[in-house]
Amino acid sequence: MSTLLEVKDLVVRFYTQEGTVYAVNGVSFDLEEGETLGIVGESGSGKSVSCLALMGLIPSPPGKVESGTVVFEGRDLLTLKPDQMRLIRGKEIAMIFQDPMTSLNPVLTIGTQITESLKLHEGMNTTQSRKRAADLLDLVGIPDAYRRLDDYPHQFSGGMRQRVMIAMGLSCNPKLLIADEPTTALDVTIQAQIIELVKQLKDEFNMAMIWITHDLGVVAGIADRIQVMYGGRIMESGSSHEVFRDSRHPYTVGLLGSLPRLDSSGEEKLTQIEGSPPDMRNEPVGWPFAPRCDVREEL
Amino acid sequence: MSSPAMVAEERKTHDGDDYILEVSNLKKHFPISSGIVFQRQVGAVRAVDGISFNVVRGETLGLVGESGCGKSTTGRTILQLYRPTEGSVKFEGQELSTMAGNDLRQMRRRMQIIFQDPFASLNPRMTVGSIVSEPLQIHKMYANKQERQQYVEQLMERVGLNPYFINRYPHEFSGGQRQRIGIARALALQPSFIVADEPISALDVSIQAQVVNLMEELQDELNLTYLFIAHDLSMVRHICDRVAVMYLGKIVELGPVDEVYENPQHPYTQALLSAVPVPDPVVEDNRQRIIIAGDLPNPANPPTGCNFNTRCPVVFDLCYQEPDPPLIEVRPDHYVSCHRVT
Repeated sequence: MSTLLEVKDLVVRFYTQEGTVYAVNGVSFDLEEGETLGIVGESGSGKSVSCLALMGLIPSPPGKVESGTVVFEGRDLLTLKPDQMRLIRGKEIAMIFQDPMTSLNPVLTIGTQITESLKLHEGMNTTQSRKRAADLLDLVGIPDAYRRLDDYPHQFSGGMRQRVMIAMGLSCNPKLLIADEPTTALDVTIQAQIIELVKQLKDEFNMAMIWITHDLGVVAGIADRIQVMYGGRIMESGSSHEVFRDSRHPYTVGLLGSLPRLDSSGEEKLTQIEGSPPDMRNEPVGWPFAPRCDVREEL
Repeated sequence: MSSPAMVAEERKTHDGDDYILEVSNLKKHFPISSGIVFQRQVGAVRAVDGISFNVVRGETLGLVGESGCGKSTTGRTILQLYRPTEGSVKFEGQELSTMAGNDLRQMRRRMQIIFQDPFASLNPRMTVGSIVSEPLQIHKMYANKQERQQYVEQLMERVGLNPYFINRYPHEFSGGQRQRIGIARALALQPSFIVADEPISALDVSIQAQVVNLMEELQDELNLTYLFIAHDLSMVRHICDRVAVMYLGKIVELGPVDEVYENPQHPYTQALLSAVPVPDPVVEDNRQRIIIAGDLPNPANPPTGCNFNTRCPVVFDLCYQEPDPPLIEVRPDHYVSCHRVT
């Protein structure tokens, strides 16, 4: 296996009216071909922003990638021109977003939205791309696929919309699929359907995947490797067995302790992490978790 | 006071006398109207469609289900924030569904609600002090202004907020702190029963444990009874003594948490529990998931026969012919409504 993606010292900041937001403060990780990486963190930990940065999707202004490199198959994505990036985005790297309601265009049919990238990247004509789009919808488990190409997003339920998003993500056989909390807005039974579907498709398409979530349970089932983020930095990273069974970082330990488990009766009190996550508007000083850590030392 | 063993014992000794809340055949249908000038009703969303259960004093009853199953409507209908279409709600022996005006307002001293969204449920133009003391003014308690402020400060301290912040506005607090304000407001009138409508689902994971621990402490200290509405099944197992599983406006299974989680009888409960991920890769690798196909049917147009027959993995003839059977006790205190079981 070879390295597909290498992120080094990524720093992202947003210059807003209320001051600078220090969203990502030096993140480095890499990803092998065909590997699934789970990025876990609470809101504001920088997990989504770091992935948006490597897609070149940070809105600028106010956002700015301050420094770092993102090497994907030998090319540094951060130095590419917008039209070069456009050839990679959607084709080599695809993304599924959290909220299938707001990430689909409500005034275009599903068919138009799926065929758009097929026409752009694969040079297909309308007939070919509609056929391919119907095949994709069929693949993600939408019944009566060909007829439903002419339906609008509001005619689909939440779970079905997320399936459409997945079909769009897969349309050009990407090498890397980034899934940003794809099941957070869904009910558990629908979440289970989507997770099974993605697992199965990942093997079929032989893609690498980054799965961003705040739910430790979800990544336990799908990720090969897990990376825990807090305050714009990586706290702990390792194989999913290491991170869950033998977690070393006090934040990971605290997070796992604060979660009740379905498979054990909850007699004992939950351990709680005191305080609240850092305000990212303050310039990071020292290690972000230190103020809430119970084993800290003055360094 | 609230441990399951003690609650169970209490129930035995009092033999049903100690129910703080008795709900029977409760229905809440929202009308669907059509027509521009002459509005006429063309149908109804059966949000809650005939449910019965009791809540024992001092216990926490969990109400779980997916979005749209009617769990929040149940909570609000119990408190008469929505008036029931049919059925009865008895709180501490008094019938609420026929009560109105001042009588009902007096009852609200003893039953309160904590809302899901700590951003939307606090008035952004009121200070914390005025939010928490508003119920006291309405009910004319602590008429002396100084005493009232003292009491509000005590309450804030009790829920883990610095009383120094009494004159601050909600936007100056984080999500977890705002939920604490919501809890302080609910506690102000010293109620005995609180409906907690998804109180932690909008909070970050590390903050959820703080709020849950606070709710448990308060329950022990003040002998509160909770109706805990949630979709996080792991949290429900942790905090609740008994659990009721809802599907499309009906209770499909009801029983002590450990019993229901270890030994689910209804196919929906089984699928729901198997769908919940566990934060442990070893457990996850060895789990057998029951994936149920499809989505929740439209509650305005439920399927004929059993509500679950469109998604049920073990469906058979009877499920399409007969509506779902009443809850039947399959083991002590464990009730199920399913044709397969009966």
